[in-house]
Amino acid sequence: MSWSYLLRRLLIAIPSLLGISVVLFTVLALAPGDPFGELTNNPNVPAEVQAALRASLGLDDPIWQRYLNWLLAMLRGDWGYSFISRIDVQALILQRVPVTLAVIGAAQVLAISIAIPVGTLAAIRPYSLFDQIANTAAFIGFSLPTFFTGMLLILLFSVTLNWLPFVFRTDLPGSGLTWWWEQFRQSVMPVTVLGLFQGASLVRYARASVLDVVKLDYVTTARSKGIGARRVVMRHVLRNALIPVVTLVALQMPAVFGGAIVTEQIFRVPGIGSLLISSILANDTPVIMGVTSVFAALVILFNLLADVLYGWLDPRIAFR
Amino acid sequence: MATRPARRRSPGREAWRRFRRHRLAVASLVALSLVILGVLVCPLLWKVPIDDIDFAAKLAMPSAAHPLGTDDLGQDLLARLAYGGRISLAVGFAAMLVAVLVGVVVGSVAGMASGRVDATLMWVSDLFLSLPQLPLLLLIIYLFRDTLSALFGMEGGVFLLMVLVIGGLRWMPVARLVRAQFLSLREKEFVDAARALGASRLRVVVRHILPNALGPVIVAATIEVASAVIAESTLSFLGLGFPPDTPTWGRILFDAKDYLDIAPHWALFPGAAIFIVVLTINFIGDGLRDALDSRRV
Repeated sequence: MSWSYLLRRLLIAIPSLLGISVVLFTVLALAPGDPFGELTNNPNVPAEVQAALRASLGLDDPIWQRYLNWLLAMLRGDWGYSFISRIDVQALILQRVPVTLAVIGAAQVLAISIAIPVGTLAAIRPYSLFDQIANTAAFIGFSLPTFFTGMLLILLFSVTLNWLPFVFRTDLPGSGLTWWWEQFRQSVMPVTVLGLFQGASLVRYARASVLDVVKLDYVTTARSKGIGARRVVMRHVLRNALIPVVTLVALQMPAVFGGAIVTEQIFRVPGIGSLLISSILANDTPVIMGVTSVFAALVILFNLLADVLYGWLDPRIAFR
Repeated sequence: MATRPARRRSPGREAWRRFRRHRLAVASLVALSLVILGVLVCPLLWKVPIDDIDFAAKLAMPSAAHPLGTDDLGQDLLARLAYGGRISLAVGFAAMLVAVLVGVVVGSVAGMASGRVDATLMWVSDLFLSLPQLPLLLLIIYLFRDTLSALFGMEGGVFLLMVLVIGGLRWMPVARLVRAQFLSLREKEFVDAARALGASRLRVVVRHILPNALGPVIVAATIEVASAVIAESTLSFLGLGFPPDTPTWGRILFDAKDYLDIAPHWALFPGAAIFIVVLTINFIGDGLRDALDSRRV
């Protein structure tokens, strides 16, 4: 993979990021009232003080200037203070990002490790009983909304069987192995909920992708050389079939973040998703804007990663 | 082409014949029709008000007096589910209409214009595809809910906002489908023929190209209903959708989630309702794809 490809991808990501920032700012600017100017709307503040405040906050500037100021402040990492907890928004978010990334990462690993074997097996014997069962299960999997799966798991494993805790704790007692074991126990359900939902849609893509590759001439050649069926699939088919799946994992990222917000909210996982919900309920605008921007930036980042990975896996792409 | 009245199946008939071969899709169509019928007819037969508070019967399990049990205020769940279901389904269908309308317009313009307009529109649709949808939905609803509620009433305002925002964030797949269809269809002979006969650009698009692009759009529209129902339920489940006195399925789940241990039925019925609706719509979409999308057959 060449540096110019990497650079080109980076340059494509910048307009997307700018575009998203324009969308976010437009939403904010169109919103009734001044979401950032609570003080200026307070009737106890005299009119001239209000005017001075508005001027000092730049609320009367032309719209493009307000956008530029906002964008520069966001880029500098100056995201303002939380109305509620009175600490820096970026500090608040940074505290929470690792948990979210850990949950999403674990869920992705689970999803991929279910979807690829199942999708491949289904594609090798299309329309077999296994294929039909896998297909129906996949349909059920992505038709079950994450909030309902979460509640079903809580009902089964926490309420009825009492095996797993349903509230995620950050202050787990113990250390060493017991701490890891407890951490594992409390992560099982959030990760499963998110992973199954994600895995269900990936199964169908993996199946379609393998089905496309199995038909190609080079696979027939490999077979006719007398290579065993298992080896043909593992060494010849999968390597090429998995390339599009990489992109799909990245393209699903916006949906995954949506699922993560719901999951964090159900199991009270202290990530940025639950931070977003609690700050919306508390009218904490700076935090809401910050978290939404972080989600947007993460989506772009994952798309960029997928592009880079794709160029590495399939060198033909880099030369286009 | 000369007319051949005998032995010629209409396209609709042919599609229905192919749809029927997908057994799960047919079963789903029946099940979904039953749910829709039930939601519409139930308030006529089961005349219990949705907000009839009865603390004596609070958190009651299903019984003859309350076929689906009651919630923490003793309100009848059957009546609430039927009422909320109508709103949930209405949001789903209305948001789908918005998404399809925007998608068809954007896709047609991009597909006919080509060049810079096409490139810009496709860039915008790529941009929208990479927006984090749920956070953005939450942000927009947080910012605009009060204003719209003041204008159209609490329920009407939230309904309008949900439909516009969910539809406005989900038009991209339809736009790309329509554009792809346009790119191939506009080079076909029958389009040239129509143009040579003096049909205007608008007439070529509306009468000749769009009807041929309809199949994939119907399939995409079906799936859109399912995602819109999920989106609405998710928002209501997070407590940020409809107000508490509007018991949409997601809202009932939100209220029920803290009583899972003592009243599981309260959460199970609305959850199952959402699941069944989404699952059947997805299966119907799959059946329609077999029936209408010639690329796959």
